[in-house]
Amino acid sequence: MNAPVSWIKEYTDLEGISVKELCDALTMSGSKVERWTCEADEIKNVVVGEVLEMHRHPDSDHLWVCSVNCGGDKPIQIVTGAQNVSTGDKVPCALDGALLPGGKTISSGKLRGEVSDGMMCSLGELGLTVHDFPDCIEDGIAILDPSAEPGSDVCGVLGLDDTSIEFEITSNRPDCMCVSGLGREAAATFRKPFRFPEPQIRHASGSIEGMLSVKNETPENCLRYTAAIVKNVRVKPSPMWMRQRLRLCGVRPINNIVDITNYVMLEYNQPMHAFDYRNVKDSEIIIRQAREGEHIVTLDDIDRELTPDMMVIADSEKPIAVAGIMGGEYSGTYDDTNTVIFESACFNAVNVRYTEKGLGMKTESSVRFEKGLDPENTLRALTRALELVEELDAGDVVSGFVDIKGNIPERRTLLLEPEKINAFLGTDLPAEEMVSILRSLEFEVSDDMTVTPPSFRADILLMNDIAEEIARFYGYNNVPSTVMTGVATAQLTERQHFEKDLAMRLVSAGLYEVKTYSFMGTRTLDLLNEPSDGELRNAVVISNPFGDDTALMRTTLLPSMLEVVSRNVNARVASGSFFEIGVTFHAHEDTNELPDELKDLVIASYNSLGFYGVKGIVEDICRNANTETPVFTALTDSHLYHPGRAASVYVGDTLIGTMGELLPSVAANFNIKEKVTAAVISVEKLFAVRGGVRRFTPLPKFPAMTRDLAIVCDISVPSGAIEREIRIACSDILESISVFDVYTGDKVPAGKKSIAYSLVLRHKDRTMTDDEADTAIARSLKRLERIGASLRS
Amino acid sequence: MAIKETLDRIREEALSAIKAADAESAIEDLRVRYLGKKGELTAILKQMGTLPAEERPLMGQLSNDVRKDIEALIAERSSELRQKAQELRFRAEALDVTLPGTDPHIGSRHPLETVLDDIKEIFLGMGFNVAEGPEVEFDHYCFEMLNMPKHHPARDTQDTFYINDNVLLRTQTSSVQIRTMLAQKPPIRIISPGRVYRVDTVDATHSPIFHQIEGLVVDKGITMADLKGTLAEFIRKLYGADIKVRFRPHHFPYTEPSAEMDMECFRCHGEGCSLCKGEGYIEILGCGMVRPEVLEGCGIDSSVYSGFAFGVGADRITMMRYGINDLRVLFENDMRFLQQL
Repeated sequence: MNAPVSWIKEYTDLEGISVKELCDALTMSGSKVERWTCEADEIKNVVVGEVLEMHRHPDSDHLWVCSVNCGGDKPIQIVTGAQNVSTGDKVPCALDGALLPGGKTISSGKLRGEVSDGMMCSLGELGLTVHDFPDCIEDGIAILDPSAEPGSDVCGVLGLDDTSIEFEITSNRPDCMCVSGLGREAAATFRKPFRFPEPQIRHASGSIEGMLSVKNETPENCLRYTAAIVKNVRVKPSPMWMRQRLRLCGVRPINNIVDITNYVMLEYNQPMHAFDYRNVKDSEIIIRQAREGEHIVTLDDIDRELTPDMMVIADSEKPIAVAGIMGGEYSGTYDDTNTVIFESACFNAVNVRYTEKGLGMKTESSVRFEKGLDPENTLRALTRALELVEELDAGDVVSGFVDIKGNIPERRTLLLEPEKINAFLGTDLPAEEMVSILRSLEFEVSDDMTVTPPSFRADILLMNDIAEEIARFYGYNNVPSTVMTGVATAQLTERQHFEKDLAMRLVSAGLYEVKTYSFMGTRTLDLLNEPSDGELRNAVVISNPFGDDTALMRTTLLPSMLEVVSRNVNARVASGSFFEIGVTFHAHEDTNELPDELKDLVIASYNSLGFYGVKGIVEDICRNANTETPVFTALTDSHLYHPGRAASVYVGDTLIGTMGELLPSVAANFNIKEKVTAAVISVEKLFAVRGGVRRFTPLPKFPAMTRDLAIVCDISVPSGAIEREIRIACSDILESISVFDVYTGDKVPAGKKSIAYSLVLRHKDRTMTDDEADTAIARSLKRLERIGASLRS
Repeated sequence: MAIKETLDRIREEALSAIKAADAESAIEDLRVRYLGKKGELTAILKQMGTLPAEERPLMGQLSNDVRKDIEALIAERSSELRQKAQELRFRAEALDVTLPGTDPHIGSRHPLETVLDDIKEIFLGMGFNVAEGPEVEFDHYCFEMLNMPKHHPARDTQDTFYINDNVLLRTQTSSVQIRTMLAQKPPIRIISPGRVYRVDTVDATHSPIFHQIEGLVVDKGITMADLKGTLAEFIRKLYGADIKVRFRPHHFPYTEPSAEMDMECFRCHGEGCSLCKGEGYIEILGCGMVRPEVLEGCGIDSSVYSGFAFGVGADRITMMRYGINDLRVLFENDMRFLQQL
C-alpha cells in the first residue's frame, strides 16, 4: 500500500514531524514502512520558464531559438526542436546542471551554433505520462498551467514534491489498506486527534425510486449492497490534485468517474464499481451465485467460465460483474455514458478468495475483499463518492440510494480486564492508559469496561487482540524483558546425539558434509538403473511441482549426492569426499497417510578414498556406534555398483546398507568420468544395531607373541574366509589379526594370490610359550587346507 | 718422592690429554687409560705398599685428589662434547619452518548445520528440548490448527507444495509445535529445527527449501516480557552481548500480540550500511504470544496457561554469519566453498 504523506496529513496534525520520524514511528506501531520515495529527489534545477520570444533557427528548418524568462534578471536562450510551444507558454526548463529522472543531467551547450542554456522538457523527460497530465501531449513539451510563476521549481508546480510511503500491510489489517486507515494509525501513534469528516451531498435531485431494483439472492456471501445513481455524467479528466494522489498511490488516472471510484477505494478501503446505466438490462441488479456453465467477458477482455461457487452481479439477463473482483466488458464508463450506477458493497471474504483462486486472478478490489471488509463502511464510502461527483462536477446526483443488507455478523464486545492484560504482557499499565489507547483507535469503552471494537476491526476477537493494540501504542520496546522462571532441563535425545556424533565422526574421517534439495525428478531413478518395480520408485508425488525434475520427494540421497560430485568434477576440483545425512520419503499407497520419513547416510568419494577407504569409514562408524563387527559380503548383481567392487553391509542379521564403486554407466548418467565410490547406509538401522557404552578391557599383564603368516590361495578365496578359519583355530588366544600385504604376480602361481597376516597371540593369565603359539599356527594351517589355502613357501 | 712425581705427571698428562680430546670416545679411552682397573693411577696405588707408613696417608690423599681432578675434568669435558655434538645434530636436523604443515585430512560440517547446532546449543542451555516432526505433513497440523483455515489470506505468504488436499510439504516447523502440544502437557519448552518448503523460485535470496528453527514455550504465567527477554538473550548469545534488538508489531495468525525482532546491524552498529539497507537494523525473527484458540485446539486450557512462539530462518543467519551473498551457494556444495568454512 502506497500513501502520499500530504494525504495522510489530512487526517491528523503531523506538524513538525519529519518524513523519517513519521516512517520510524509508524513502523514501530505496526504499520511497517518498506521505503519512501519523492519524485522531486530525481528532478533538480528544473524551473518554470515563460516563452517570451521565439524565432526559427538560422541553420535549421525545425529548431526554434527561444528567449525564456526563467525567473532570472534577464531571459535565457533555449533551443528546442518541439513544435507545440508558442510565445507566452509556461514550460518546464531544465537549466544548466539540471538532473532528470534516471540520472540524466543537462548542461549548457550549442545547437548548430546557437547557444542553448537549458532544455524544455516533455512529460516523459520528467518521468510522467499523459495519464497524469491529460492536457499535455505525449511527444511535445509539457505546457504548464498559465498561472505558474516563472523561475519556480517545476516539482512544486506539477506536485512532484510529495513523498510517497510504501507500507507493508499484514493480512489482518485491511482497514490499513487505505489512507484514512493509515491516518488513524498515525494519529494514534502521535497521540493526536483523528480528523475524518462525514461526507455530505448538497445538491441531489430527483429520486432513485423506480430507477433501479436490487435483489440479494445470496445474503450469506453479499453482506451489504448499496448503490446510487448519477445522471448527466460529464466524463472528463479529474483535477490535478486527484490525479496526483492516484499516481502516488500507484493507480493510473483514467477519467473523473473511474478516478472517483479508485480514489474512494484508496481513501476508505471500499472498492467501488460504476456501471453504465444503459447496460444494466431492465434496470435490475441481482446479486446471486453464478449458474453452471455461465460465462463473462471481464474488463480485461478475457472470457471466463464461472462456477456456482462464484458470486456475480447480474442484470435480468446476464452477469455484469464478478462480485468483488472485476466488472464485465459492458459495465465500464465511456465518453458517451450518461447515467452511472455506483456500487459500494461488502462481500464475503472467503467467497472472494475462492473466486480469485478459481479464476486465477487478483485485482486491487479483490485483494481488499479477500481480507474481509467492513459492512458499515459501504454507505459512507458511497456518499463520499457522490460528494466527489459534486465537487468535481462530474454529474448530477440522484436523491436516495439502495441499501440491501445480507447476513451481517453481529458486532462483538469484550471485557477489558487491565490486570489480566498487565499479567499477560508483563507490564504495569494503568487502566486509564489502556482505555485512552483503545479510544484513540475508535474502540468504544464503556464505564463497565465493555469494549466494542470498531466495525472495521474484525480482527479483534479476544483479550490477546486488545493486548496487542495496547502494546503497540504503549510501545513494544517499553514492555520489559524478563528471564523466564521455573526449572527446565533439556538435552538432546539419544537419537539426536547419535546423529550429531555420526556427523562429527565422518568429518574427522575427512569427509565434507553437504546439504542438497529433498526433491527428485520423475526420471532421476532411471539414472540409477532402478528397476521399474524397485522399492525406490515408491515416491511421494508433489501435485504442484516446479517441474519434472523436482516433482517427487526423494527416496534416496544418492542422486543429489552424485550431482554434487558432478558439479565438483566439472569445477575441476581434483578430488572430493562427501557425506550427507538426510531424510528420504517412502510413500504409502493411500496418499492421505503420511509417508515414512527415514534418515539415510550417503557417502561418495572420487579420486580419493576408493573402495577400501570408504569401507574403512563404514567400519569406523560401526565401531563408533559400538555395533557388532560389520560383515561385508560381495554384492555381485547390483544395478548400481561394479559387480566385483561392491558389498552389502551387515551387522548381525541386519542389512544396514550397501557400498561400492559405481558402475561407469551410472556415473556417466551424471556426467562423471571419474571412478566414484559410494556408500548408502540407513541411519535408522545403524541406530537400531548400536551398542551401549563401550566397556574397558583391562590392559594385558602378560607378553604377546606375534606371528606373521603369508597364505597362498586361489584369487577367488575371500580374505574373510581365511580370517574366519584362523579365528576358529586360535580361538581365545588370538588377540588380533590384520592384513599387511596382498600380492598377485610372478612370485605366486597364476590364478593365486598371497595374503600376509600379522597375528597377535596372548594368554590372559600367563605368558604364552613358543610351543603354544606354534601349535595354534599349525592348527590354523590345518584348517586353511579345507579352503585350499596354504602357507606360502 | 717418585710416587708423588709420578702422580703429578699423571695428573698433568691426563688433564692436558682430556682437554685435547675432541670426541666422547677419546674421553672414554682416556678414562680407561688413567682411571680404569688397569689404568695408570690404579697402578700407582698398587705401589703404595712400598711407601713408609707415615707417607701413605699423604700419598693416598694426593692420589685421590688426582683421581678427582681427572674425573671432574672428564665430566666437564664430556658434557662439553655432548653439548657440542648435540648442537651439531640440531643444526643438521634443522627444519624449514616455513614449509607447510601436513594436512590432517579432516572434513567439515556444512555451515548450515554448524549454525543449527550453535542455535540448538543456546536453546538447550535455556532449557528447550529439541523436537522433530515430519516434513510431509497434514494440512491440519501445518495450517488449520494454527488458526489458518483453508481460505485464510495469510496462506498467501506461505505458498505451499501440496501432495493432495490434506497433505503438504510443511511450510513452517510450527507443525511440530502442534504435535508437541497434542502429545505433551505443559510446561513445554521446545525448539523445532528443520527443513521447510515453499513455492519460491531459486535466486540469490530465495529457495523452495530452507531451514527454520521455531520455538514454543507454554507454561503458567508466561508473559510477553518473557518472550522479549528470552529472544534478546538468544541473539546476544549468538551475536555477542552488546547487540541491541528491537521488537516491531507484526501479524501471524497463530500469535497475538505478534512481533518481528530486528537486531542492530552487526556490521554498522545501527549507523546504516549496505548490509542493513540503510536501516541500521536487520530483521531476524518472527514471534508472538500463542493465540488462545491454538492452545485450546491442542487441549491446553488457555485460562491457565499462556505461551510464546518464534521462528528463525537458519539459512539467513548462516549467510549473514559467513558473509555469503547468494543462498544458492549453500546448496551447491562446491568443495572450495565447503573447505573455506
